[in-house]
Amino acid sequence: MTTVTHDESPYAPPAEVGEVELYHPKTFIGKYIWSQDAKVIAVQYAITAIGVGLVALVLSGIMRLQLGFPHEFSFINPSNYLQFVTMHGMIMVIYLLTALFLGGFGNYLIPLMVGARDMVFPYVNMVSYWVYLFAVLLLMARFFVPSGPTGAGWTLYPPQAILPGTPGANWGIVLMLISLAFFIIGFTMGGLNYVVTVLQARTRGMTMMRLPLTVWGIFMATILALLAFPALFVSAIMMTLDQTLGTSFFMPALVSRGEHLGYNGGSPILFQHLFWFFGHPEVYIVALPAFGIVSDLISVNARKNIFGYRMMVWAILAIGGLSFMVWAHHMYVSGMNPYFGFFFATTTLIIAVPTALKVYNWVLTLWKGDIHLTVPMLFAIGFVFTFINGGLTGLFLGNVPVDIPLSGTMFVVAHFHMVMAVSPILVVFGAIYHWYPKVTGRMLNDTLGKFHFWVTFIGTYAIYYPMHYLGFLGVPRRYYAMGNSVVIPDSAQSLNAGITIAALIVGAVQAVFLYNLIWSYFRGKPAGGNPWRATTLEWQTPETPPKHGNFGPELPVVYRWAYDYSVPGAAEDFIPQNQPPAKTPGGPEKTLEKTLDAAELGPQKLDASGMPKPVGG
Amino acid sequence: MVIVVGWLVRPTLNVKPWVEQRPVKDIDGDGALRLPTIKVGLGVFLTVATSLFALLISAYHMRMMAADWVTLALPRVLWLNTAVLILAGVAMQWTRSAAQWGQIDNVRLGLIAAGILTFSFLAGQLWAWQQLNASGYFVRNDPATAFFYLLTALHGLHLLGGMWVWGRTTAKVLRGVEVAKVRLSVELCAVYWHYLLLVWLVLFAVLLHTHT
Repeated sequence: MTTVTHDESPYAPPAEVGEVELYHPKTFIGKYIWSQDAKVIAVQYAITAIGVGLVALVLSGIMRLQLGFPHEFSFINPSNYLQFVTMHGMIMVIYLLTALFLGGFGNYLIPLMVGARDMVFPYVNMVSYWVYLFAVLLLMARFFVPSGPTGAGWTLYPPQAILPGTPGANWGIVLMLISLAFFIIGFTMGGLNYVVTVLQARTRGMTMMRLPLTVWGIFMATILALLAFPALFVSAIMMTLDQTLGTSFFMPALVSRGEHLGYNGGSPILFQHLFWFFGHPEVYIVALPAFGIVSDLISVNARKNIFGYRMMVWAILAIGGLSFMVWAHHMYVSGMNPYFGFFFATTTLIIAVPTALKVYNWVLTLWKGDIHLTVPMLFAIGFVFTFINGGLTGLFLGNVPVDIPLSGTMFVVAHFHMVMAVSPILVVFGAIYHWYPKVTGRMLNDTLGKFHFWVTFIGTYAIYYPMHYLGFLGVPRRYYAMGNSVVIPDSAQSLNAGITIAALIVGAVQAVFLYNLIWSYFRGKPAGGNPWRATTLEWQTPETPPKHGNFGPELPVVYRWAYDYSVPGAAEDFIPQNQPPAKTPGGPEKTLEKTLDAAELGPQKLDASGMPKPVGG
Repeated sequence: MVIVVGWLVRPTLNVKPWVEQRPVKDIDGDGALRLPTIKVGLGVFLTVATSLFALLISAYHMRMMAADWVTLALPRVLWLNTAVLILAGVAMQWTRSAAQWGQIDNVRLGLIAAGILTFSFLAGQLWAWQQLNASGYFVRNDPATAFFYLLTALHGLHLLGGMWVWGRTTAKVLRGVEVAKVRLSVELCAVYWHYLLLVWLVLFAVLLHTHT
């Protein structure tokens, strides 16, 4: 039991006008096209990512049509089915989720939340977006080249990816690899900005441990991406050379269609190691920003401080570190040494510890909270459910003896869609509903939002729960059609048809969301500066939407952490991070009437966990 | 290593933000690390580049362990190239000191010398490619040759990227700007050159270690 006075730092004089010189554009093009304002770049990233994501959504609908109703649709044949699978996976994982979380939310939120005027290298930031757009255009161009996009699966395993017989083995795969290389170059430019801005451009009083968890999540995910993407970059270059110049990095000597190919001595397993050295951290590149954002959504809407802030930060760091030590659990079926598999199974199970810690902390934040079931909160709670479900099947698959029989089946598809498709996308939706008022100045429609949530949430369960069962039955993934099998009952086909219907409904309902985005931009309820009554700095800007430069003539000074909700004795149930303490030694006067009256609060007892005890509790 | 890193970041991460008390004078300084932002940016970029080269080297090692590995006769000119790159690094370091002392004439001289030496290195690398090609290695198409070309090409491209910054800095110096305006650029160039020299020494050692 320690007795401490509550929280905030003593009064500090406000920051002078920021020294940062911003380039203020005069023309429309300078302001909205070649913009160096991180907020505009964020919107550019978001619109591009969502646009390309819609293409991937349509592709998944086509795949489901084929699986649910085989042989009904003549425009789907085995080879373009594989091309759709590949495009769907690649777009969703890299060009949608990575770009949206880091390029979209990262660009918008980092400068605002740390109290900076802009990213530290605005020009590089602008180039980052245009390189990303170029990568997207290259990706889309693959639909129009001879023999179409590659059908190698999103993992692009050689040798099959560049052998004749695989769809798109010429142009398709080369454009795919070059597009990935450009994506990585563009991302590195953006990533340097995100990391250095968090390290260097925090406003006065904003220590690392006062950062909102959203920033922590994006920051750590960016570090992971900066370290992991080079592995994909290297393998993309090496495979491009294999395809175009006939080198043998990954291609062994082999005979294809009775013909000796010119390759000699390459190692396909080497590709798998490089790919998954990127591929596993990629899961956390997508998950960590989602973790951070969900923490903030839950804390704001439960009107409670996040439970165990320090643990949350440490868990983010631990997950980041461990995520580089588990990659080979994607390769149990590659014939690896059993001891090797044992090692990776162990690290995989260990990573569940910090992850579970985060889940407990979210639940404990909800515990006895003043819960407001707003649309962002619904999505955040939906995420916690879905993430637990997907995470549990991850524990199954992390064990070698369970993974080997299941790894070729729909069980895996169900697992990774639950954990890294549905979960992050629920957070994306929640975050859009949460920050849209700041971006546009208008609220999204609440009724449409709730409809969107319930159909999406229940619908995804209707899709992926039965899919686990299909996996247990042995229904293989990646197959164009099941054919006749003695082990798989006919009822599996009926289940597949049901899944397809659910998937089409969920897909169609996203139109409501898009309609809401557009309608609310013009007709939505004006939001005001801080509609959610949140503490973090982006809600304290003088204008909404914030102007270029974010804050007024003076940068805010931060006096407290981001989670002062329902502080006992405070006039309101939230205290913004930049609100000075009421009475402090040396402070000139009482500034705002909302201020926490320190005399009234008095010395406060903390319980063992360091949490202030609620009044009367 | 984990323990060392943990000990280093402990003062940052082991605080309780909800009970924190800190004097006013500290608030002033905790907004940022006390380093120029662009230097931190370069540091982060070098970390990314390290990840790239480390992955390539480990890929090379993994491939080497396979039974059918064929070694490569390294062209002797690589030794000369290494010496030239070391000299370029020395020239950059000398330029850096000259910039510290404000001797603009020496900065000009040093930058030009470093540039010529770096171009010589790159030309020498191309010559090495030419030699390998002439002795039939490119056609032989084995992983050792492919890795050699890939590693040297990526290293050379990084150096070319550095030459772009070098070009801008040198142009400024030739236009006669005062030394304070280029001091930081020169320092960044020097750090980058030392880094690429180190990478080359490691790559060269790996290649030497594995030939014959």
